[in-house]
Amino acid sequence: MSAKAKFYQVGSFAVGNRLLDPGDRTVQSRQDRPNALTGGHRACRGCGEALGARFVQDAAVRATGGRLITVNATGCLEVFSSPFPENAWQVPWMHSLFGNAPSVASGVAYALKAKGDTQTRVLGQGGDGGTVDIGFGALSGTFERDDDVLFVCYDNEAYMNTGVQRSGATPPAARTATTPALGPAPGNAFGQGKDAARIARAHRIPYVATATVADLHDLEAKVAAAMEVRGARYLHVLVPCPLGWGTRSDETIALARLAVGTGLFPLYEARFGEVAAVTPLRRPPVPVEEYLRPQRRYAHLFTPARDDAAIARLQALADANIAEYGLEPQEES
Amino acid sequence: MTADRRPLPFAITLAAGTSLANRTGAWRTERPVYRDLTPPCEHACPAGERVQGWLYRAETGDYEGAWRALMADNPFPAVMGRVCYHPCQTACNRGELDEAVGINAVERFLGDKAIEEGWTVPVEAAPTGRRVLVVGAGPAGLSAAYHLRLLGHEVTVADAAEQAGGMMRYGIPAYRLPRAVLDAEIARLERMGVRFDLGTLVTNLDVESAGCDAVFLAVGAQLPKRAHIPAGDSARVMEALSLLRSVAEGEPVRLGRRVVVYGGGNTAVDAARTARRLGAEDALIVYRRNRERMPAHESEVEEALAEGVRIRWLSTIAAADGDSVTVERMELGDDGFPRPTGEFETLAADAVVMAVGQDVDRRLVEDLPETEGAVAVGADFMTAAPGVFAGGDMVPSERTVTVAIGHGKRAARRIHEWLGAAAAPEPAAPPVATPADLNTWYYADAPHRVRPRLEAARRAGGFEEVVGGLDAGTALFEARRCLSCGNCFECDNCYGMCPDNAVVKLGPGRGFAIDLDHCKGCGICAAECPAGAIAMVEEPT
Ligand SMILES: Cc1cc2nc3c(=O)[nH]c(=O)nc-3n(C[C@H](O)[C@H](O)[C@H](O)COP(=O)(O)OP(=O)(O)OC[C@H]3O[C@@H](n4cnc5c(N)ncnc54)[C@H](O)[C@@H]3O)c2cc1C
Ligand SMILES: Cc1ncc(C[n+]2csc(CCOP(=O)(O)OP(=O)(O)O)c2C)c(N)n1
Ligand code: SF4
Ligand SMILES: [Mg+2]
Repeated sequence: MSAKAKFYQVGSFAVGNRLLDPGDRTVQSRQDRPNALTGGHRACRGCGEALGARFVQDAAVRATGGRLITVNATGCLEVFSSPFPENAWQVPWMHSLFGNAPSVASGVAYALKAKGDTQTRVLGQGGDGGTVDIGFGALSGTFERDDDVLFVCYDNEAYMNTGVQRSGATPPAARTATTPALGPAPGNAFGQGKDAARIARAHRIPYVATATVADLHDLEAKVAAAMEVRGARYLHVLVPCPLGWGTRSDETIALARLAVGTGLFPLYEARFGEVAAVTPLRRPPVPVEEYLRPQRRYAHLFTPARDDAAIARLQALADANIAEYGLEPQEES
Repeated sequence: MTADRRPLPFAITLAAGTSLANRTGAWRTERPVYRDLTPPCEHACPAGERVQGWLYRAETGDYEGAWRALMADNPFPAVMGRVCYHPCQTACNRGELDEAVGINAVERFLGDKAIEEGWTVPVEAAPTGRRVLVVGAGPAGLSAAYHLRLLGHEVTVADAAEQAGGMMRYGIPAYRLPRAVLDAEIARLERMGVRFDLGTLVTNLDVESAGCDAVFLAVGAQLPKRAHIPAGDSARVMEALSLLRSVAEGEPVRLGRRVVVYGGGNTAVDAARTARRLGAEDALIVYRRNRERMPAHESEVEEALAEGVRIRWLSTIAAADGDSVTVERMELGDDGFPRPTGEFETLAADAVVMAVGQDVDRRLVEDLPETEGAVAVGADFMTAAPGVFAGGDMVPSERTVTVAIGHGKRAARRIHEWLGAAAAPEPAAPPVATPADLNTWYYADAPHRVRPRLEAARRAGGFEEVVGGLDAGTALFEARRCLSCGNCFECDNCYGMCPDNAVVKLGPGRGFAIDLDHCKGCGICAAECPAGAIAMVEEPT
């Protein structure tokens, strides 16, 4: 009859909880969190990228004891946070170009090495365009050289800052400014949408992980794990974009949760190219339709007529992920 | 904003200011507002217990704080935790997720803990010098006495019986409510200064001659309803209430081997279970309708069946004789009412126990208008006689201990006002938190802990308590299953998930505030609040 007194009210899923040991609460729950990206920035209402960046940055600041230099690629994150004379960054932060953030980050890491500074760590970050398209060669080089850089991609699945053009990470069927919902195969073509985390794994670097803004404990643990290792590391964070996806500003977290819950966005960690841990689904998989329906970029799948074939192909992608990574829910204990 | 006038570092040409100068609050069309909804458990509690509030304290192991919060509404947690039919659990939103929170079990744990620790409630109100007579020491009277005492009045409770408790003592059997528990909770009232005048039948309702400023009547409904059964001279027919009362008073009762109980309510079930404990080999309940329509509480029927009590549905007793009863089979009509079939059967029976309901004894209240066989009262619990209030089983309502306790509390407050206190404003309760208000993704699965039960084989032997209590570990676990419906529990979701860093964390116990200079009104905090404690309201123009 006696049960171990556990923390059941909200599991460990909420940001914080008074019943949890302070050490087990998230960085975000702390009254004195770093707020690396503070308010007043010009991101849209409900921006997932702004949220993801603060989550990652605060966790990295915590993990490094504040000794962190950030290099940012061009994109929404850079533009909305630093229009002169206002700056939302409360950490050392620099911006160079759209395509060269990984190289600049590598350069900073080498400079620190030359100075004999083994404490200060380097974090490069950018959007999906900056990461999987224009910055891809630079990123691959950073990986290949195993430079001591954690590179974080905030994936909102298009070039949002310049008006929602398709990127290499735009998923099949999604409508963007350059993949209109017209013709026999509306939206982005099937077979497209680079799996950047998989490509990073193929470099056999020490650490690769995926995360979303919907599971903060998971995300913070991954940033902390990444900061425990040296060498090239990659974190791919899904960040819903209300503007580009055509969603309500209060749905940002819910959509990230659905991306995971359907199996479309698998959460895992890989070390030296091998998947080392997966975050299984908490509940039986949700049909992809529930994820697609609220997003206007997929509206053509439902109106004027339902595109069963396209929905089935997207469902197949989710099912394949669940099978490949073994995401089926397990007993909660 | 370039407050920093120090010389700029090498290669830096422009000093940057903070983005906080940009008041993004101007973008807002809606703003988040923290709110407290009414949790469904509280809404359903006839005693008005703020269940979520006391569970919240119990969750941290602050059992004394939890007990004190509970005692603000109900003076009998240990009794409640045993006999309450817990409509709170029926209403509990967690039921939609896995199973309702075991509120009643936690309440009992707190009540027992208080008895063990000797916790009492101080009377802090200044004495008012006003005197109130309470007639009837059942739950309604005792609850009124407790609350009137807390408000500073002098209270005397008069009861015809030798001991206080009403049906809690003379009706509900000890295997469900051990007398030591009842005694301990009543003794606490005595220590608070409530005076008892026991063994006193009150026959006069005149407020002034009673030497008091107001009267609260709580004489219950203790008169057995009469059912017409032709019975031979040798038939042994007795009332369930007198059977239970005799057993409660420790008087010997002779029932025989085969006992037939007539009726389908809790009293019938208790009478049958008592008969088994008195040694009856066969205790048979005869009830005219079917199981679905039986008013007795499901869990009690289950327990009775486990103890070997048998139930004959759709039957009436047509006649009783020395060693048998004649029953007629009934069938349910389309209207749900039982209809006679003309098929009779004779069953062996040494005694027949009647449990077909109770009426209000009108002797004391014959001058007061009646409704539904009970005494009419207004919304303020006052009868037609000025200064004479009434509650519990004697007024029209559901007849349970919990309802009686709720009446006692509410009537006490109205009496307080009648005695001259300024009417305390009672703001309309906020809307009830529904499952749709919650974001249940954040709650983990956690099936509820079941209270241990005495093995059925050991029950028939005596009046030992059947349902056990939770231990500290399981009580804590159970309390922590509460979803905190409609009320902030400081999970930090709003604070953590604001993309604009516009939720200010004020520190433990102090909640959160919105930085309206920077909140853009995205609504993520409201959408991700597990408890539904944030509303988005249109921006004032
Ligand atoms: C067998 C049985 C089991 C029950 N089980 C449950 C249960 O498990 N849970 C539940 O919630 N409810 C249960 N009930 C119902 C519950 O007991 C009653 O609803 C509740 O006790 C009513 O409280 P009351 O204060 O109005 O009256 P009572 O409890 O009936 O108390 C009335 C008191 O008034 C006194 N009195 C009457 N007339 C006078 C007078 N003229 N002068 C002085 N004193 C007088 C009586 O002696 C008595 O003490 C049960 C009832 C019975 C009969
Ligand atoms: C070399 C170069 N080409 C094009 C641009 C214009 N440009 C600025 S941001 C951007 C898109 C950024 O997309 P992504 O990296 O996905 O970031 P997001 O804005 O979506 O967060 C483009 C095309 C540029 N700044 N530099
Ligand atoms: S366009 Fe999308 S990514 Fe850019 S600020 Fe708006 S919500 Fe954020
Ligand atoms: Mg992008």
